[in-house]
Amino acid sequence: MKFSDFVSSKAICAQLNATDKDSAIAELVDSLVAAGEIKQEDREDIIKAIMKREELGSTGIGRGIAVPHTKHASVDKLVGTVGVSPEGVEFDSLDGEPVQLFFLLVSPPDRPGDHLRALENISRQLRDETFCRFLKQARNPKDITQLLDEADNNQFGA
Amino acid sequence: MSDPVLTRSIVVRNANGLHMRPADLLVKAANQFTCMIHVEREGQSVDCKSILGLLTLGATQGSELTLRVQGPDAEKAMERIVELFDQRFFETDEEMAPTN
Repeated sequence: MKFSDFVSSKAICAQLNATDKDSAIAELVDSLVAAGEIKQEDREDIIKAIMKREELGSTGIGRGIAVPHTKHASVDKLVGTVGVSPEGVEFDSLDGEPVQLFFLLVSPPDRPGDHLRALENISRQLRDETFCRFLKQARNPKDITQLLDEADNNQFGA
Repeated sequence: MSDPVLTRSIVVRNANGLHMRPADLLVKAANQFTCMIHVEREGQSVDCKSILGLLTLGATQGSELTLRVQGPDAEKAMERIVELFDQRFFETDEEMAPTN
């Protein structure tokens, strides 16, 4: 699976305003609403579900990366967005470091394989330090889209 | 002299596969041991102490994995890691995330 298969380019947030976990998740979900990927009426429920998942253990997996996610019956295919926080957000990460790079995923309840393939792609690409650094330095959606495209075309080492 | 490498085949049994929660549990368990623990799928081998590494396996339910463990506490580590797989990572139906 490639980034272009699940990242909604219209929903990419290059400079998140959020300074805490709750507002970062809300901002990313709002961007998916604005992009037409999820319905306004499902917004609250999706945010609540993502926060409930975070209570099981932070999806901040270290290296300044977090992958907040949930299953939700309102989507019929995996949708996701990317957010960059230049300042970093406290996210109770596994390594205790603030998060600058977010990949938020909402997947249909009956498609665990798609979710795994998205995780596989994200983790494989982010193991490349150059890609990871470039993404964190990106300050507009166009640059982020271009980096994701380059990763999709195997232009990074991973 | 070096310790022998213990090898064991294992199948991912939980419905949601090796997603983030199981990977997190595996890393936490692996870090309690000093030995080297590698997980291999279809020729790709990753460090069981790295969540990013484990997620790159993309191991869905039914995937066959090979565990390779080497070090002074290898036997205990193998036991613990296998137990997590056998327990299906204590996954409930809504484990990957609640749907409502």
